[in-house]
Amino acid sequence: MENYISYSQISEALNSKKTTVTALVDQYLQNIESKKHLNAFLEVWADEAKAAAQQIDKKIADGTAGKLAGMVIGIKDNICYKNHKVSASSKIIENFTSLYSATAVERLLVEDAIIIGRLNCDEFAMGASNENSAYGTVLNDFDNTKVSGGSSGGTAVSVQAQLCHAALGSDTGGSIRQPAAFTGTFGYKPTYGTISRWGLIAYASSFDIIGPVTKSVDDTQLLLSIMAGADEYDATAIQEPTNDFSFDLGTQKQRIAYIQETLDMEGVQPEVKEATFKLIEKLKAEGHIVEAISLPELSYVIPVYYTLTTAEASSNLSRYAGMHYGLRSKNAVDLETTIRKSRTEGFGPEVKRRIMLGTFVLSSGYYDAYYTKAQKVRRVVANKTAEIFKNYDFILSPTTPTTAFKIGEKSNDPIQMYLADIFTVHANIVGIPAISFPYGNDNENMPIGLQLMANHKQDAKLLAMVKNIRPNIL
Amino acid sequence: MEINNEIIDKLADLAKLDFTETEKVALQKDMTQIISFFEKMNEVNTDNVEPLIFMNSHENILRNDEPKHEITHQEALLNAPDKDSDYFRVPKFLDK
Repeated sequence: MENYISYSQISEALNSKKTTVTALVDQYLQNIESKKHLNAFLEVWADEAKAAAQQIDKKIADGTAGKLAGMVIGIKDNICYKNHKVSASSKIIENFTSLYSATAVERLLVEDAIIIGRLNCDEFAMGASNENSAYGTVLNDFDNTKVSGGSSGGTAVSVQAQLCHAALGSDTGGSIRQPAAFTGTFGYKPTYGTISRWGLIAYASSFDIIGPVTKSVDDTQLLLSIMAGADEYDATAIQEPTNDFSFDLGTQKQRIAYIQETLDMEGVQPEVKEATFKLIEKLKAEGHIVEAISLPELSYVIPVYYTLTTAEASSNLSRYAGMHYGLRSKNAVDLETTIRKSRTEGFGPEVKRRIMLGTFVLSSGYYDAYYTKAQKVRRVVANKTAEIFKNYDFILSPTTPTTAFKIGEKSNDPIQMYLADIFTVHANIVGIPAISFPYGNDNENMPIGLQLMANHKQDAKLLAMVKNIRPNIL
Repeated sequence: MEINNEIIDKLADLAKLDFTETEKVALQKDMTQIISFFEKMNEVNTDNVEPLIFMNSHENILRNDEPKHEITHQEALLNAPDKDSDYFRVPKFLDK
């Protein structure tokens, strides 16, 4: 099939009648079938996608089609779509049917996007390799012995392997950017609150955000402009209008900081370091100011992140009690066993570990020493980051210390797995926008992702800058 | 800090989870390791630092308090593990 890199190419092909939405959907369905071994999709809504395609083809002929006519999208299995199943890749809500659609999904549908299916992820978005899914690991399409990254593993692989044009993920600590880096795609985490969290199954509410994985910056801009904006169902969504993500950087030279610690740290793959320096040299040659800065606080971001997210998770996941929906244990005989046995049978090991950690840091006697302390260090990191942005427009780093690792390589060592997020959690701790974009390959030909971050609500500027560096995957 | 069996049992009670003895051993080891890792935060001086709790600057986004029926009775029961025509069904909680 023709590999459409950006939606504008699809739109052009549709307008010039080179293809139809029906043909596009059929091709994606064929690709999904031939790449079934990747385990990217948990469910494909084929008949429905075909029916929608026919309707949208008609709308195109009538000249009434929306801005996303012909855009075929997959959604992470923690994003609700009315009358469709959503399981957070967990057994505890294996057969749950959404009663409403996420605001992000609703807005895409209004513009005639087609939602083709739901995508595998780590259970409740907790993981960095997709190995924590109750429905199996997702394979990296470039090397089937390697992980997809996570938690939005299915999301990234579905775009990598052309199973759909773009896909939605969620990013709590790097869950969109890290798998994007591992699969050679663009992964975007908007400023906290840019897109409503309504209909996103909660993991850690002060960190969570929905974002797209795409093959071009243009598509990231397009999808954001449609999904962003205030929502009466999410009081944490940014209230002022945020729908214009186009930005003209002009010829103005930008000031870019790179964090020395991200390159000096033990365990950073040499090729990843080289790719970062290659970009630094290129930007300098173009006349931008690129300088090394020190951020010693980087050694605290993982402890802050896991203290706060496990705390929020233990609270958010208390709703799974075997009562009104989800799994109820067959051994439930009274109130206590209904809750306790249902949770014990329904949650996987990583989710239980995080609930236990979160319960610990919130428990009487430890609350101030861990939870409050982490909130304070969160402010220290936020203040330090604000300082950096007084002098710089962007912060550059690798997205991940290494390219995609082997399946099973880190699954027995939680701290090693947590460290896979070391460069990405910073943006979620502070709430700033960050993107992972492909920048070269390692010696085994696996893609390298670099990350650019900008200050709060500078999403448009950030995307404009990345567009200058790398407009698409080609 | 050392996470012992007693702490695991107390946390499991609070979190409403059961663990086998083997799981408890693994959990003790992992949690001790992870919580020691959390303690790295103590190196940061946070005297006179206010906790960062809310991630956005606006507060009190209010809307009119208008009653709405967004889901039907039947929809509310759709995902129930056990139900009759009108109610969620649960195991008996109270003995006479």
